[in-house]
Amino acid sequence: MATFNLNINGATHEVDVDPTTPLLWVLRDHLNMVGTKYGCGIAQCGACTVHLGDVATRSCMLTVSSVGNQKITTIEGLSENGNHPVQKAWLEVDVPQCGYCQAGQIMTASALLKNNSNPTDEEIEMAMNGNICRCGTYTRIKKAIKTAANSENV
Amino acid sequence: MHTSKTKIGRRAFIKNTSLAGGGLVLGFSWIISCKNTSKQSGKALPKDWVEVNGYIKIAENGLVTIMSPNPEGGQNVKTSMPMIVADELDVDWRDVIVEQAPLNADAFRFQWLGGSQSIRRGWEGLRLAGATARHMLIEAAAKEWQVPFNEITTKGGVVSHKQSNKSAIYGELAAAAAQMQVPEEVQVKSIDDFQIIGTSKKNVDGLKIVTGQPLFGMDTHREGMLIAMIVHPPAFGLKLKSVDDTKARQMPGIKDIFTINVFNDDYEKAFFDTRTFNEVAVVVGNSTWEVMNAKKALKIECEPIESSTETRDRFGRKWEEHTPAGLESTDEHFALMGARAAEPGEVRRKDGDPERAFKNAANIIEASYTAPFLAHNCMEPMNFFADVTEDRAELVGPLQKPDLTEQTLSARLGMPIDKIDIQMTRLGGGYGRRSYAHWLVEAALISKKIKAPIKLIYTREDDMTDGIYRPSYQAKFRAGLDADNNLIAFHVKTGGIPQSPLAQNRFPAGAVANYLAEDWTIDTNLTVGSFRAPSSNFMASAEQSFLDEVAEAASKDPIEFRLELLGRAKADPVGENNDYDPDRYAGVLKLVREKSNWDTTNKNLHRGVSAYFCHNSYAAHVLDMVIQDGKPMVEKVTCAVDCGIVVNPDAATNLAEGGIVDGIGNALYGELTFKEGVPQKSNFDTYRMIRMAEAPKEIEVHFVDSDMAPTGLGEPTFPPIFAAVANALYKAKGERFYHQPYIKYLS
Repeated sequence: MATFNLNINGATHEVDVDPTTPLLWVLRDHLNMVGTKYGCGIAQCGACTVHLGDVATRSCMLTVSSVGNQKITTIEGLSENGNHPVQKAWLEVDVPQCGYCQAGQIMTASALLKNNSNPTDEEIEMAMNGNICRCGTYTRIKKAIKTAANSENV
Repeated sequence: MHTSKTKIGRRAFIKNTSLAGGGLVLGFSWIISCKNTSKQSGKALPKDWVEVNGYIKIAENGLVTIMSPNPEGGQNVKTSMPMIVADELDVDWRDVIVEQAPLNADAFRFQWLGGSQSIRRGWEGLRLAGATARHMLIEAAAKEWQVPFNEITTKGGVVSHKQSNKSAIYGELAAAAAQMQVPEEVQVKSIDDFQIIGTSKKNVDGLKIVTGQPLFGMDTHREGMLIAMIVHPPAFGLKLKSVDDTKARQMPGIKDIFTINVFNDDYEKAFFDTRTFNEVAVVVGNSTWEVMNAKKALKIECEPIESSTETRDRFGRKWEEHTPAGLESTDEHFALMGARAAEPGEVRRKDGDPERAFKNAANIIEASYTAPFLAHNCMEPMNFFADVTEDRAELVGPLQKPDLTEQTLSARLGMPIDKIDIQMTRLGGGYGRRSYAHWLVEAALISKKIKAPIKLIYTREDDMTDGIYRPSYQAKFRAGLDADNNLIAFHVKTGGIPQSPLAQNRFPAGAVANYLAEDWTIDTNLTVGSFRAPSSNFMASAEQSFLDEVAEAASKDPIEFRLELLGRAKADPVGENNDYDPDRYAGVLKLVREKSNWDTTNKNLHRGVSAYFCHNSYAAHVLDMVIQDGKPMVEKVTCAVDCGIVVNPDAATNLAEGGIVDGIGNALYGELTFKEGVPQKSNFDTYRMIRMAEAPKEIEVHFVDSDMAPTGLGEPTFPPIFAAVANALYKAKGERFYHQPYIKYLS
C-alpha cells in the first residue's frame, strides 16, 4: 500500500492503495467515480478512457503510481452540467443505445477535438478505432463528433 | 375513437394510493386476450403471459411520473413505453418523468427484455394505462364541476369544460381521480389523434449517460460492500476437483475463498437456468484489483465430467437435455455436422413431391453453409449486487428475465418470493446473454455465505469463456428450376450444435409447389442460448445467400426473383401455416428497391440485397460495397422495415442501425472456436469486434407507413444483413462465401 495524491477533475484526492492498481479501479472502487467503465482490462475497448493532461488514455492499464502530478479528467469532470460541446452533440444526435461505452467514446472524441478542431472522416475513424460499441452506434458517434466540431467553443 | 375494454379479470388488481401532498398513484393490471401469435414452434414463448400494465403518478403541479415496466438494454423502451402511456393520458411529454418500475410479477406481466416483444406485448396495456387514468381524471372533473362526462375534453395535461369555462390541470384533480372506480371500458385514441407516438423523443437517460452518472449494475456501490469473482474450469467438459488457495488466501485484501454450487443436484432447471460449470470457486475481497490478483494466484484442479441426462422444464413442458462427456473441438464439430447432414433429417414440412420435382428439374442448385459459435460480448460484463441474509435478499443489477430469475433464486435459497427484492439497472447490452442469470444466483449465494453485501463481477475473460453461446450451425439447400427458370422445388436440411435453427413455415415455404424442410441436432457440453434473433440470425444468412445464387442461376434480378415468389405465395399459397404476410414482405423489398435506387447501376458499387421476416417484423437491406486497397468497405446500407406503427422514429432508426452494424460485424468477424473444450478467445485482443472504420459510412432507414399495432425492432434488422454482406462480397470478389465469418476469405 502507498499513498497517492491524485489531481482529478480539478480536485486533489488522496488514496491509499497498492501502487500497481490501475487508475480505473482507483476511480471506481476507491473514489466511487463510476462514470469510467470497465470493459476489457487490456486497453482494447476504450470504455475506460480518461484524459491524462489533454491525451485520451486507457485507465485500465495505467497504474496509479505512474500518474504522478498529471491532471486527470474523467467523464464526471468533462463539464459542469453535461454542457461540453461533445456531450451536447451526443444528446442532440441521441447517440446511445445501451450507453455503457459512451463515456469512453465521449472522452476519446473530446480529446480528439481538443487537438484537431475540424477532423476529417478518416481522422475521426483513426482516433475512435480503439473504442468498441457493441450496440453499433458508430455512424451516430461520427455524426455527433462532426456536430460538436461545427459548434462553437470546442 | 374506438372503445376498448379494460378487461379487469381474475389476476387484476387495483391499487389507488394517495401520496402525501395530494398526488395520485394509479396502479393497473389488465389481462389482455392476445392469442399466442408466435408460430416459431420450439421457441420459449409461453401462451399466457400477456398481462401488461402502466404505472402512473401525478403530482399536484401536474408533473407525471410514468413507470417503465421492462428492463432497458439499449432498445430504448424506457423512453418509448412511457411515450405510449403519456399519449393516451394526454399529457405534455415535457411534464413526464420516467422511472424504472420495480419487478412486480403480480402487478406487471412480461417484464422481460427479449424476443423484440416489449413494445408489441406492451402496446395495448400501456395505452389502456394512460386512457384509464385520463378517464378517471375526467370523471373527477365531471363530479366536481357537476357537468356531463362527455362534454369534457383534455389536452396536454389540462381538463376543460368549454360550456362552463372551467379548466384544471391534472395535478388538481389527481386526488379526486384516485377515488373514482376504475372503469371497465375506456376509450383509446384513434391513431390519427396521436400526439406523442410517432414523434421522435430523446432517450430519457441521455444526460445521465453522457455525464457518467451511475446507471449500470457495475456502478452499484454500498457502504461495506465487498467484491467477488468466480473461477471456473478452463474447459467445457471439465468440473472442479480441488482448489488450492494457499497463496491466494494470503494476498492483501482477500476476505475468503470457497466454492459454491449454483444449482442443487435435485433441482429441475427451468428454461433459462442454463449453466455448465455448476461448481465454481469464489474469491471475495475488499477491492476489484485485489480480487483480480488473488484470482490469478488461485490454483484449481479439474476432472472430466461424466455424460448426463437431466429433465428440464420449459414453461411446463419437460424435455430431456443430454450433456455428453468429452473435450470438444471446433474441427471435430464441423466434421460431425458434415457427417450428420449426409444422413436423413427429421422431416418438419413437406409440400408436393419434392424428389420427383428435383428429378424433373432442368437445373439444380446446391449449396451448404456454416456458422460458428458466437459470444455475446456485452460491453458491461456480467455482474450483480447481492445483500442476502437468512430471511431476506436484495439484488441489484442487469438482467433480461427478472421474474423467472426470481423464481430460480427463490427455489435455490428456499426463500419466498416476497422476501426477495430484485432491482433492475440499465443493461450494458443484453442480446440474450442476460436472460441466463446464473450470476445473480451466484451473487446471492456468495453474499449469504460471507454475510456481507457483495458485488459479483465477471472479468472480460470470464464473460467470454463462461458464456451461453450462439450455437454453431450448418444448412444445406437445394433448389430446382424448370426449363423456364421457375423455382419448382426447394429443399432445406439444417441443424446445429445443439439446436436446429429451422423455421419450416417461413419463406420460401408457401411460394414453392414442392418443398421439403428437415433438421437434426448434435449434443454438446458447451452452453448455448439465445443470441439476438435466435436461429434467424443463421437461417437468414444462409437462405438469403442461397436465394441470391438461385436468382442468378435463373437469370433474374434478385429482388424481382423474391417478388415473383412472394406473388405466388400471395395469389396461390402452397400448404398451410405459412408464417409471413407476402404483401408486407414484398412491401419492404419494394421500398428498399426504390430508396436504394436499385435499378441504377454503378460499376464501382457492389450491391447485395437481403430480406427476412422474424420476430413479427419485416426488414430488407441493400448493402453497397466498394473495394479500397483490396479491402471491402461498406459504403452505405439502405434499410426498409415494416414493424407497424413506429412509436419513436429516431430511436427506432438508431436500433435498426445498431442491428445492421452488429450484423456486419458478426458476419465478417464473429467467431468463437474451441480446442479440447477451451474457448480459443478470451478478450477483445483476439475476438474481433466491428470498429468504427469498418462500419458503414452511411445507413439510411425507412419505415413502411403503417397503422398496424407495433411489432418488435431489436432483432429484425440483424439477421438479413449477414446475407446482404455475403451477396455484396460475391459481386465484389466473384466468388460465393459459404462459411462465416467471411473475414477468413478476405485476409
